[in-house]
Amino acid sequence: MSLDKEQGPGPGIVTTAGPASTVEVDTAAMDRRQFFDLCKKALPAGMALLAAGTPISGLASAETEAAAGALPEPKMPSYAMAIDVEKCIGCGRCAAACKAENKVPPSPHYVRTWVERYVVPREGEALVDSPNAGIDGFPDQPEVDILKTFFAPKLCNQCANPPCVQVCPVGATFQTRDGVVLVDDDYCVGCRYCIQACPYGARYLHPEKLVADKCTFCYHRITQGLLPACVEVCPTEARVFGDLNSRSSPIQRVLRFNPIMSLKAELNTRPKVFYANADQEIR
Amino acid sequence: MDPSLLEPSTGYIYPNEYFLQWELLIVLYPYITGLVAGAFILASLERVFKVKALWPVYRLALLSALAFMIVAPLPLLAHLGHPERSLEMFLTPHTTSAMAMFGFVYAWYLLVVLLLEVWFDYRREIVIWSQESKAPWRYVYKALTLGATDISDAAIKFDDRAGRLITIIGIPSAFLLHGYVGFIFGSVKANPWWSSVLMPVVFLFSAIVSGMAIVMLIYMVTSWIRWKPIDMACLNKLGEFLLYALIVDFSLELLDFIHRLYESEESIHILSQLITDRLFISLVILQVLMGALIPIFGLVAARFGRLPDEMRRMIYFLVGILIQVGIFSMRWNVVVGGQMFSKSLRGLTVYKVHLFGLEGLLFTIGLLLLPVVILYVLVKLLPPWIDGQEDGALAAQPH
Repeated sequence: MSLDKEQGPGPGIVTTAGPASTVEVDTAAMDRRQFFDLCKKALPAGMALLAAGTPISGLASAETEAAAGALPEPKMPSYAMAIDVEKCIGCGRCAAACKAENKVPPSPHYVRTWVERYVVPREGEALVDSPNAGIDGFPDQPEVDILKTFFAPKLCNQCANPPCVQVCPVGATFQTRDGVVLVDDDYCVGCRYCIQACPYGARYLHPEKLVADKCTFCYHRITQGLLPACVEVCPTEARVFGDLNSRSSPIQRVLRFNPIMSLKAELNTRPKVFYANADQEIR
Repeated sequence: MDPSLLEPSTGYIYPNEYFLQWELLIVLYPYITGLVAGAFILASLERVFKVKALWPVYRLALLSALAFMIVAPLPLLAHLGHPERSLEMFLTPHTTSAMAMFGFVYAWYLLVVLLLEVWFDYRREIVIWSQESKAPWRYVYKALTLGATDISDAAIKFDDRAGRLITIIGIPSAFLLHGYVGFIFGSVKANPWWSSVLMPVVFLFSAIVSGMAIVMLIYMVTSWIRWKPIDMACLNKLGEFLLYALIVDFSLELLDFIHRLYESEESIHILSQLITDRLFISLVILQVLMGALIPIFGLVAARFGRLPDEMRRMIYFLVGILIQVGIFSMRWNVVVGGQMFSKSLRGLTVYKVHLFGLEGLLFTIGLLLLPVVILYVLVKLLPPWIDGQEDGALAAQPH
């Protein structure tokens, strides 16, 4: 019997039941002495393989054992929000809830989230407004020949590649492991470089604390399993919050079944606020 | 005052854009650091590149750079929301932040370059003054010698070599100091008015222009105050270098402008509106016409025209002032202009300078006068005058 033939199927296959009759015949033909001869011939090659492969194979097997022995580690969430522009009715409840929940100064010039109204005329530039962030509703539409109108809620885009974090001179603005960009009030020096670096106008200098402030996805709520305040109060589910690492998260459905865009994608900030059914006028 | 009560902004701006974040103090900061870098580069022309005609202003330029350098961080500090936390930038700097590098660039430039250079340059005089002056000045100079009282030929030779080495290190440092300020603005991709690779270079050359012009002004004014004749060879040389730097600076700014216009990106409409509606006076009139074109013609006439010296001096003086106005306007147009349009590219906001307060006009004027006071003290302590003396001779006796 040639060596080639005997090398074919390994011992594992011998034990498996199956229609591989030739294998069974070959193995049955090998007696104990032949088997040991075969081992002797294969020994040098096997040793060499073992010597070369030990560190990697050892590690790999250890990992497999650990994985088999314990429950898999839960994946760190990656929080994100989807905004369905078609569903937003511009009620402004999200902006009002945010101000209440996060003690944002009442002035219309400090907001963590706001609703913009777009009136696109048949000719000319789109008209955009957001009086008091949309909290008090919107005035009558301007007297133009209207092509279409829609609302676009805005907030911090929780960028995966955040320019605000890059420029902060002391690291007071940082990214959590679950992907939310936060500001450490006790560390921020109030230089306002982050406000300049944010392409979305999402940041402001808190007039009392004199530190940068912005949307946190209601971090105090989401880490308790609750929804952000703006999502909680949205009557049309235009805002959907979820975990990009969980396939069962409601945000996955929005991302899957709608055309999606993110704002100012050309700046490579990689936002984690996604806009569904959005018009190109939104910026 | 609440800007919403003023003339309403035009178009749409994001709600958080109502208040400008960087105001007059941040206009002042690049202006002052520009003067430092420019004055130092002027000094290095004499020291490293051996432009001997500039000898009368060499030390004055060094002391001016030092005086402005001491004031440079003050507008930054005053502008912070929490100045008491400013040391965090040194202790726990965030390495990806251009701004975090400020402290290190500043410390390097002040401590390693400027102070050391001034000390090596004046050491021989300081030792002599520490022996010849009366108390209490004698003790001040004694302290300033730092214990190094050897003024043998070998020691002086060493001072000279050390001074030259520091100046050679100082030139790239001066470039770094101001190029870095330009980078702070030029690297903000969110802002199409700032985001330009030319920004650090434009800042650098405008710094050289403003620094040379301010030293020229200081030299003329101090000569008049002291009733001493102005060295025309020095002034002409200074005017010549100023002209070259101004031409390079203006060409770079023009290149930036043409490039933007030709590329005609999404932001071009709002930026055109910004120039015509908000920055016309400060950009077209003050920065371009009065700050660059008129000075260029003035300098050509004064340097190469057949004019009497009295006329030349007058032109140089006016040009010096116009350049300061122009460069200050340039800083204004970058810093304030960059915040007067919305990042939605749909509207313009308004900015009105306050009179009082930390970001106010009075405080800014105070900060601009402070270097003059510091320079007065420095000049009293370390007289830079070389009236009627040869290169390397002992400077005037101070006290």
